[in-house]
Amino acid sequence: MDDVVGFGTTLLTMLRDVLPIAAILFGFQALVLRRKVKNPAQVAMGMVLVLLGLTLFLEGLEMALFPIGRLMAQQLTAPEFIYDTASAAAGPVYWADFLWIYAFAAAIGFATTVAEPALMAVAIKANQVSGGTITVRGLRYAVAFGVAIGVAVGSFRIVTGMPLHWFIISGYVVVIIQTVFAPRLIIPLAYDSGGVTTSTVTVPLVAALGLGLAETIPGRSAILDGFGLIAFASLFPIIAVMGYAQIGELRAKRLKRRIEKN
Amino acid sequence: MHPADNPLVSHPRKQGRLAALWHKTRKAAEPLTESALALVPIVLVVAFFQLLVLQQPIPQLGKMLWGLLQVLLGLALFVRGLQMALFPIGEEMAYNFVRKGSLWWLLIFAFALGFGTTVAEPALIAISEEAARIAAAGQVIASSDEAQNSYAIGLRLTVALAVGIALVVGVFRILKGWPVQYLIIGGYLGVVIMTFFAPPEIIGIAYDSGGVTTSTVTVPLVAALGIGLAHSIHGRDPLIDGFGLIAFASLTPMIFVMAFGILY
Repeated sequence: MDDVVGFGTTLLTMLRDVLPIAAILFGFQALVLRRKVKNPAQVAMGMVLVLLGLTLFLEGLEMALFPIGRLMAQQLTAPEFIYDTASAAAGPVYWADFLWIYAFAAAIGFATTVAEPALMAVAIKANQVSGGTITVRGLRYAVAFGVAIGVAVGSFRIVTGMPLHWFIISGYVVVIIQTVFAPRLIIPLAYDSGGVTTSTVTVPLVAALGLGLAETIPGRSAILDGFGLIAFASLFPIIAVMGYAQIGELRAKRLKRRIEKN
Repeated sequence: MHPADNPLVSHPRKQGRLAALWHKTRKAAEPLTESALALVPIVLVVAFFQLLVLQQPIPQLGKMLWGLLQVLLGLALFVRGLQMALFPIGEEMAYNFVRKGSLWWLLIFAFALGFGTTVAEPALIAISEEAARIAAAGQVIASSDEAQNSYAIGLRLTVALAVGIALVVGVFRILKGWPVQYLIIGGYLGVVIMTFFAPPEIIGIAYDSGGVTTSTVTVPLVAALGIGLAHSIHGRDPLIDGFGLIAFASLTPMIFVMAFGILY
């Protein structure tokens, strides 16, 4: 019974979120473009599937993943786990005491990004547009790898208390340098992949991790240090996707050279 | 034509009825297997950290499996609906706008789509309320509910405005065929400059607001719109010119939120 009520409320919230979008789409289609939608039955059915799918997805996450994910973030950032005893937290913070947290940050960043529906959508589109050169899975794994590194580095920043903007600005410098050397075709897609990584699945868990860390470590405030992990998670995929394309290009070149030699 | 009915494509019907049935089932189950594969890392991560690192049992295993089943089914349905509705409608509208030939209506549409989908975005509502609490705690604003409310709404409108403008600029870029990197790197410069003038409490929120604005329904629509535009305009490449809209939508909010922090 709880399941049904939960499903109903989530469906209503989803409906509330999707209705303005549908209104804009069909309003412009009917009033400005003055055209009928092609295959209206298929589009309507597809909209219903999107709505139902996202509702089931969110309900399932709320049931299966979010509670245990938050609990794990809490337990891993608890002083009892980090120092074995609760009292040792009085001394200075040493970044290497937190190795399990960096590992967890990277693992949960990777795992949640692979399951992110928005990323799936962009990967499917990129696969179609590139004629299959960019594979759906390859792009998703590259992005997820970027998020993993990003969230781990972001946790390191919270532990050490270094200023957020120095990391982000350095990241920008790396992105700019890569842009000069990366294959031209991948650049727009790489930039886009920064924005799609962090939505439904990743944000709640990554935010819980950041706030938990900031609360545990003496001298950090949830206000100043708890935020910023999402910024890392949207910057590093850009670097990872361009790097992935660069490695692919490098290997192709090397192969070509070897063939020419023989 | 369904690939399985195409006589030019070799398919395993020759191998017998059972093999054909297997092939068909596998094709039909493809979204499901793909979704299942997407969930494997999550299951492994949770199992590893909970059982081996934290050494604790998994609470309510049955409920968790039931939830995972829902996630799997939901993801598969979403992907199917994406291909039936969101992708075709985004591309069709891009095509129709180009045929109509009215730049202004296209830009107004881009703004409405960006603003309208962002202003009600749940992740944004949550983060702006959090930001208001932080601002009140830092005594930037009065701690009354009224002051916090108006701060949160102001922040939400700022981000929605930023996304609307991002899509206008992004669509205009596709029409003109400008390389995306110059605009993005220009945007980075904007972020860096604003960082030095913005109050420190707002920087973390501003940087995060870039990532949370683009929701699961907006992303496929916007991607399809960009690719549809690049397809319909002669001389544009869908890969080079079609992508990039989402990148703008996650960059401008950072600049706008820091400006909001300076002005408020």
